[in-house]
Amino acid sequence: MLNQTPLHAVHQEMGGKLVDFSGWSMPVNYGSQIEEHHAVRRDAGMFDVSHMTIVDVRGAEAKAFLQYLLANDVAKLQTPGKALYSGMLNPQGGVIDDLIVYLMEWGYRLVVNCGTRAKDLAWIERQAKDFQVEIQERPELAIIAVQGPNARSKVHSLLASADVALVDALVVFSGTFLRGERADWLVARTGYTGEDGYEIMLPAGEAETLWRSLVNAGVRPCGLGARDTLRLEAGMNLYGHEMNDEVSPLVANMAWTIAWTEGRDFIGRAALEAQKAAGIGDKLVGLVMRERGVLREGYPVLVAGVDRHGVITSGSFSPTLGYSIALARVPVATGAQAKVLIRGKEVDVEVVKPSFVRNGQPV
Amino acid sequence: MSEIRSELRYLSSHEWARIEDDGTVTIGITDHAQAALGDVVFVELPEVGATVTAGQEAGVVESVKAASDIFSPVSGEVIAINERLADAPETINGAPYDEGWFFKVQPDDLEELEDALDAEAYQASIGE
Repeated sequence: MLNQTPLHAVHQEMGGKLVDFSGWSMPVNYGSQIEEHHAVRRDAGMFDVSHMTIVDVRGAEAKAFLQYLLANDVAKLQTPGKALYSGMLNPQGGVIDDLIVYLMEWGYRLVVNCGTRAKDLAWIERQAKDFQVEIQERPELAIIAVQGPNARSKVHSLLASADVALVDALVVFSGTFLRGERADWLVARTGYTGEDGYEIMLPAGEAETLWRSLVNAGVRPCGLGARDTLRLEAGMNLYGHEMNDEVSPLVANMAWTIAWTEGRDFIGRAALEAQKAAGIGDKLVGLVMRERGVLREGYPVLVAGVDRHGVITSGSFSPTLGYSIALARVPVATGAQAKVLIRGKEVDVEVVKPSFVRNGQPV
Repeated sequence: MSEIRSELRYLSSHEWARIEDDGTVTIGITDHAQAALGDVVFVELPEVGATVTAGQEAGVVESVKAASDIFSPVSGEVIAINERLADAPETINGAPYDEGWFFKVQPDDLEELEDALDAEAYQASIGE
């Protein structure tokens, strides 16, 4: 029996094509993934991401604990509501998960992936034993991501004016709790599409009303298929693809998320320092193929003068660009050109920075 | 529940074949197949004049989700391909049995199609 989000019946009613996504019955699209993708790039779309796991961390040593647990440094978070992207590493320097951590008045809130939930919780609990912290999963909360150039104004149309003032003032990558009856709604200016918008965490029982109100406000329901092509165009990593327990953040374009604050001992630091000293062999790049066809995960990337092959970690047709793009882990010596082996045929690709579309425009 | 047309023959790999009045055979993919693939973004078709063989690969259909081989239900010479699919591959999603056809074959032996599935057998094969 698959897990269901509080919006499951609504997805069925609205024609969502439900698939097994890491043990959850989730809509992959509501008819056309490409139309949903365009809705987010051009107007506003929304995703049910209630399958993601919310973990609250409280206690006297919450900050010290997260400074040890995470590769990025929560000390960077100075104001409640501010968010930080970080890897959670194992001692070998592999990525257990990537997550967003929010500083709250009462501690910290982590949002981690659903496919990694069990191992994340086990790992966090185990590391927490040496700290005075309380770890609390929040399965009773739903998450709706509303994304696109018109997403924020459409959300604003549903909020009380005092709340609009609060969320309108949010800088990118920060959130706020609302007021009054919605005091337990956390609205954050975050997302996974390369567009502006909000991710709204709210009590499960209120999710359906919000979803229907957003539909009435002109926000298009979108499935996880569009979410994947949107994040790929934005060059954002997906756990299990660009990185995993065996892949270092240093070869996954995540060096910017590692805070080397002097004297801060975080899990994986020693391994990462050893990797840096030994030299990093691979890098994560973007690939562009203007010929007909689609780059797909697992296809080998051939680099002139290098015996070792790279590999595509995520690939798709880009609905915004009209040709195929991919993220690939390749030898550091890779230049501006490479070839991809597609079903037995070598095809030329351009090697670019891993970012293709931002705010509706090709990069 | 996907549309299955009674007058067509099918392969379990989700191609359909229609015998035209002039004895040629038109080939495409089923409604069930287009729904499973999702938005089609590219199609690779055989060239006009090429020879296709029953049960062998004759092309590729690529959707946002996956690449999938197209098998020919019948042997013969390709006499036409659906040119509009190059610019409008989404036609396959919208009209898989009509404007979304793939290619036409002058068959060597129409009896080959007797090995293909009829509508009922195809429906059973996809569990509907």
